[in-house]
Order: sequence, then structure tokens, then C-alpha cells
Amino acid sequence: MPIRDPAKELGAYRDQHYKGSRTDQERHLLESTTLYVGNLSFYTTEEQIYELFGKCGDIKRIIMGLDKMQRTPCGFCFVEYYTRADAENCMRYTTGTRLDDRIIRCDWDAGFKEGRQYGRGKSGGQVRDEYRKDYDPGRGGYGKITAKQYNPLGPMLMSKGPGPSGPR
Amino acid sequence: MERLLTNIDAYISKRQKVHVPILRVWSSDIPHPQEEYLDCLWAQIKKMRMDKWQERQIVRPYLAFDNILCEALQHNLPPYNAPPHTDDSAYPMPTVVFRMFDYTDAPEGPVMPGHHSVDRYLIEENLRRIIDTYAVDRKECAAQLLNYPFKNKIPLNYHIVEVVYGQLFQLPFAPHVDVFYTTLLIELCKLQPSSLPQVLAQATEMLYERIDTMNISCVDRFVNWFSHHLSNFQFRWSWDDWVPCVELDSSLYKPKFVQEVLGKCVRLSYHQRIVETVPDAYGPLLPHEPNHVYKYEQEGAGSLPGTVAAHQLIASIKAKAEPEELMNILKDLPNPKKDDDGEAAFNPLKIDVFVQTVLHLGCKSFSHAFSALAKFHGIFRELAEEEEAQIHILRTMYDVWKKHPQMMFVLVDKMLRTQIVNCSAVANWLFSHDMSQDFTRLYVWEIMHSTIRKMNKHVDKVQKELGDAQQKTEKSGDKSGSEDEMQDMDRVDEEEIERLQERLESAQSEQKKLFLVIFQRFIMVLTEHLGRCETSGKDFNTAWYRYSIERLQQIFLQHHSTVTKYLDTLENLLFTSDTDAHILQVFQQFCALRA
Repeated sequence: MPIRDPAKELGAYRDQHYKGSRTDQERHLLESTTLYVGNLSFYTTEEQIYELFGKCGDIKRIIMGLDKMQRTPCGFCFVEYYTRADAENCMRYTTGTRLDDRIIRCDWDAGFKEGRQYGRGKSGGQVRDEYRKDYDPGRGGYGKITAKQYNPLGPMLMSKGPGPSGPR
Repeated sequence: MERLLTNIDAYISKRQKVHVPILRVWSSDIPHPQEEYLDCLWAQIKKMRMDKWQERQIVRPYLAFDNILCEALQHNLPPYNAPPHTDDSAYPMPTVVFRMFDYTDAPEGPVMPGHHSVDRYLIEENLRRIIDTYAVDRKECAAQLLNYPFKNKIPLNYHIVEVVYGQLFQLPFAPHVDVFYTTLLIELCKLQPSSLPQVLAQATEMLYERIDTMNISCVDRFVNWFSHHLSNFQFRWSWDDWVPCVELDSSLYKPKFVQEVLGKCVRLSYHQRIVETVPDAYGPLLPHEPNHVYKYEQEGAGSLPGTVAAHQLIASIKAKAEPEELMNILKDLPNPKKDDDGEAAFNPLKIDVFVQTVLHLGCKSFSHAFSALAKFHGIFRELAEEEEAQIHILRTMYDVWKKHPQMMFVLVDKMLRTQIVNCSAVANWLFSHDMSQDFTRLYVWEIMHSTIRKMNKHVDKVQKELGDAQQKTEKSGDKSGSEDEMQDMDRVDEEEIERLQERLESAQSEQKKLFLVIFQRFIMVLTEHLGRCETSGKDFNTAWYRYSIERLQQIFLQHHSTVTKYLDTLENLLFTSDTDAHILQVFQQFCALRA
């Protein structure tokens, strides 16, 4: 049986806003030193990400994902390494582990472009936080649109108390 | 066969083993001997011979096919010739066998084979092979380890934990990147939640109990592994058990270990969380809240000579003033260093006001701090022309961020990469009197090694560029073309190669200087300590001394291929017969590694 190397595989997700053909995009991904990191708590800081991701190699830069409206962290980031080898180790050993008690997910990214740091959801955050039905204290409570539709109190509930990884 | 065994025996007993101490995880042989790998293997083979060549750990799938195989055609094995020795033959680095368990540690179930049983070697070798094969896929690796063929006949969890720790603590380097072992142990805990975490906790407790004789490089890895592991399990640990270490002398290894672990835990989560997680008794070992101190806004700042300028600087930066304007504000600051001749190379007050203020304005996050460095890069360079000035920049950064080691680490990284400071300035700063308080803190050595690594990578990069350029000219020489064209091209290439050669020479001399600075400063602080102890009649072998001498070893080991290049210089200039024998010993052990 051949040995699977998670660093050599591309996930199913493709950035829909990528400018270029699908083949170009995949070639980019296979050479990239940038990772998209998802499922972060809104309260996780750049410093913490440096600490965890620095374990796989020297980091060139981190770009925190921000809510388009509020300009506050909205649960994702881009991590760029100096070398491909370090980024590959990160795909092997960081994805699926915990940061602020949440299992985080890493994916290859074709490289950061200005504008991509903002959430693409209607409410300013990430699309996945629009219709989410569960209550996730690390990511602003209920989904934004879900909360508006189903909860007469609306945003009031969303701003309610922090959970285990609450604000500092 | 007999003759072969006799020859090996003679060889083994003749071997020089000066290199062994530098590779040992523990300096003590209690409770378990830390044997040189060939010595141990030879003892295991001799014991196997006494046991009539019996072992129980080799899988023999062919036994199931005995009927078919006994009638099959026999093949001759091709003869084996050992490859001849050449000057560039690369031999594996010797190792010391890592042992932390014996049969008394695994109380129930199958018995652990003894240290000199060949079964122990075979199990370890098999587990190591699984790890090396599946290292890229931690989940599969964990599954394969737990699926070991003889799992019911041995205390498998104990063997796995020992082998994983053995690799993690291997000197000079772990075979795989350190973080792999962390995530492998997390997967093992997830797959075997009812039994593996207990063994891991027992092992961790043992490492803690034996930490006084543990090599400092291994202590560093222990700190990093343990804090990272805890961050994946809500920082749950029997913290109460370690409370007694708070009462110990804070220079000892146990309180230092706990202090560093808590520091790293804070970096992976946040201050308040860790404060609330550990018992209150840990107070003295807890890190400060990672805030900055801006001198010019503290109480009583009004009387400082730079305060007015600092406040002007803030206002001008906020008003988006040009760099010249900012320099103008700094221009009139008096120079406290100025001597009677009016000659002074740099003005520390200027640096202090500027660096304090810029870091203060960029204090919100790493990104803010980095953009501050980038935005005022020109002024930084102007203020930091000479090394003394660079050291003062670093000292000022320390004044602002001393409660936030991680911030200092990333700032030094950025300042090196943007050439605000050079590598030897960083080394001199770390050895300076201002930093002596923190000399035994982990972050100081993280900065030191990261600085050396950057220097080495830079040299390698220029070397590669030069190699590539040289290859290109050789190739273009083969091509046909008009003669004029060729000459033109050759000239360009030659200029390029000359330029690269110059760059390489200057990079190499910078690298050499860096190592000379580091080793010289080491010899100075250690000699001073030894001298002080001798005059006062005290035992020199203190926790500080062991810590420092092992840091010296660490420099040799972690950068051995580079240090080897400068061995002659080091021997002639620094590690001479005038050097104290204790310090010289480290150098000799290092040289013996490749002998």
C-alpha cells in the first residue's frame, strides 16, 4: 500500500474568486507556500497563530481574516512560510490539531491577494457563519442570518457571553 | 563465524568514546545506563549467543508456506561486498541508546524485555521503522504502531512511548521535525484513550523527576512538546503534584522547567486562562502579562531628558510627518555618551527615544509592530550604522518588551531580515550584562539559534547562487555563436560571478565572526564563573554552570556542519591550552564526534 502524504494532496475546496484557469490554480496550489487556516475562534490572536505555526518553520507573514464591516477577526487567516518544505510540514502536522480548544483546518492556498482578508458573507463575516444553526461561542454565537430569522432578540443573543474560549 | 565475533569483540573493546557525554540525554546512569549504541547492540548480541541465538520478535511469514517452500527451487544469495572507504564517505552520527523504562515500570500484563535482551532491540527497531515509514501521515503512523504484530506479547504502550521519546530527544537532532512527535502522541492518545494517556503521564512524571541530569537541548524539547500537548487537552494536568518545585531555588531545573512550560502555554492560549488553570501557588513561576512598557509615559517620565522629544515624535508620526521631520526632532537631543573631545559615534538617547516611541505606537499586535519597523526602516538604518548602536536598539527593545519574549523573538527576526541589526550584534547583546538576568531563559537561546540559522542559510544561499552562475557560464561556453556575442556574454557572466564571489566572502567572514563572538563570550562568562568559585572556595558545578556549559555544547551540536568549517580557527584562537580544561573538554568531545 502506498503511503499517503497529506502535504501532497489538494483538498476539494477551490477559491471561486481565483483569477485564472482551474489548471493554473492547481499548479499554483502545488507550488504554494501559503496556507488557508479555518475554523479559528474569533478570539484567537495573531500571536497564538505565530506560536503554533512557527513550530513547522519560519513564518513570512500572517494575514488575519477580518469581518468586512467590523474589521474584527472572523475566524480564518492565511499563513505564508518562506519555504515549501515548512508549509508541507504544516499540512502534515498542524491541520486537525487544536488551537483555543478548536480543531483547526489547513488547506493549500494559491497565495494572498489584497481583499482576500475580508469575509465574503453578506453580513461581513465568513459565508459559513451566515446560516449556521449551532451555537458557537467562539464564532459569535448563532449564524448571523439564522439568528435574525429565528430569534426575536436578534443580535442581542449573538453578543451574549463568551464560551470556553471567550474574550480576553 | 567465531573469528568474526572475536574480531568484532576486539574492535568494540578498543573503541574511543570521548564523544559519548555530548550525546547523552541524561548525564546520570541511574536508574538506567545510557549506553553507546554499538556497545549496547554488541552486549545484546553476546547475550543472544549465550541464549543459543533465540529471539521472539522476528515475523516469519514463510513458516505458513513450509510445504510449498521445501519443494521450491533454491536460489543462491549474491555475495556482499562492503563499499570501500573514500574521503567523502558519509558515516552515520553515533548515538546513545535512550532508556527510561524497565520491567518494573509496566506493572501488569506482559513483561518488558531487559536492556541487553536482543528482543528489546528488535522491538525498538521495528517501531522505529514504522515511525520512519509513516512519518508523513501521523494518523496512519499511530494506527500502525498500535497494530504492532506482537502487540499482545509485550507492554506495547511502554515501548511506543519510549521509542517516540527516544527519537524526540535524540542528539544532536530528532530524526523528524519535533512537532511530528507532538502530533503523533496526540493521535496515539486519541486512538487508545483508555490506556495510552496514563503511560504518557507516567513517563512525563519520570522525565520531570529526572530533569536535573537531563541535557538542556532535551529539556527545551520537553518544554515545547509538553506545552503543545497540553494545549490540545485543555491544559489538564495534575498540576498540584508539581507545586513543591515553587519552593526550590529558582535556578534549579525543576522550577525553571515549570516556568518555561507555563510561558509556552500562555503563548499558545492567553495569560488569564493559564493563571486560572494552575494552582495559585504557582504565582512566582507564572509569566508576566505580556504587556509593553513605554518609558516616556510612565509616572515620573516628565523628568527624563527624552520625554519632550518623545511626545513630539508621537504627535508628528500621528500627523504623518516625513522622515526628515522626525530626524529633526531627534537631532537636538543631547548625547549622554559624548566624551570630553566631543567625539561620539552614536547617540543612545536618540535611539532610546525613537525605538521606544515607534515600538509603543506599534504595540497592538505583531502586524502593527512589523509595519512600524517597515515604515521607519530608513531611520532605523540611519541610527544603527555601527554595531554598538545596533546593540543599543536591541537593548531598548528589551526595555519595552521584556515581559513578552515572543514579541522580542519576532522583532529580532524581522530586524535581522531587514538588516537593521546584524547577527553578531544580536549575539553580543544576548551575552551583554543587561541580559545576564535572562541568560538561562529559553527565549534567549531561541533567539541565539534562530540568528545562527539565518546566518547559515544566508551563506548557503549565496553559495548556491554562485554555483548556479558558474554552472551557467560553463554551459554557455559549449554553445556556438558569433565570437563577439560570446565575449559579451562571458564578460557579463564573469562580472556576475565576481560580484557573487565577493558577496560570499563577506557572508562567510560575517559567519565566522558570529561564531567567534559566541564562543569567545562563552569562554569569558564560564572562565569568570570558574575563577570566582576558585577564589571563594565554592563548588563551581552549580545549576547555572551546568546550564551554561550545556548551552555551549548545544551551539556546537546544532550547527555542527558549519562549526566544523571553522575548527582550525577555533582551535588556534579560542580553544587553546590557556582555556580552562572544563571548557576545553566540550570542544574535544565535539571534535571526537567525527573522529
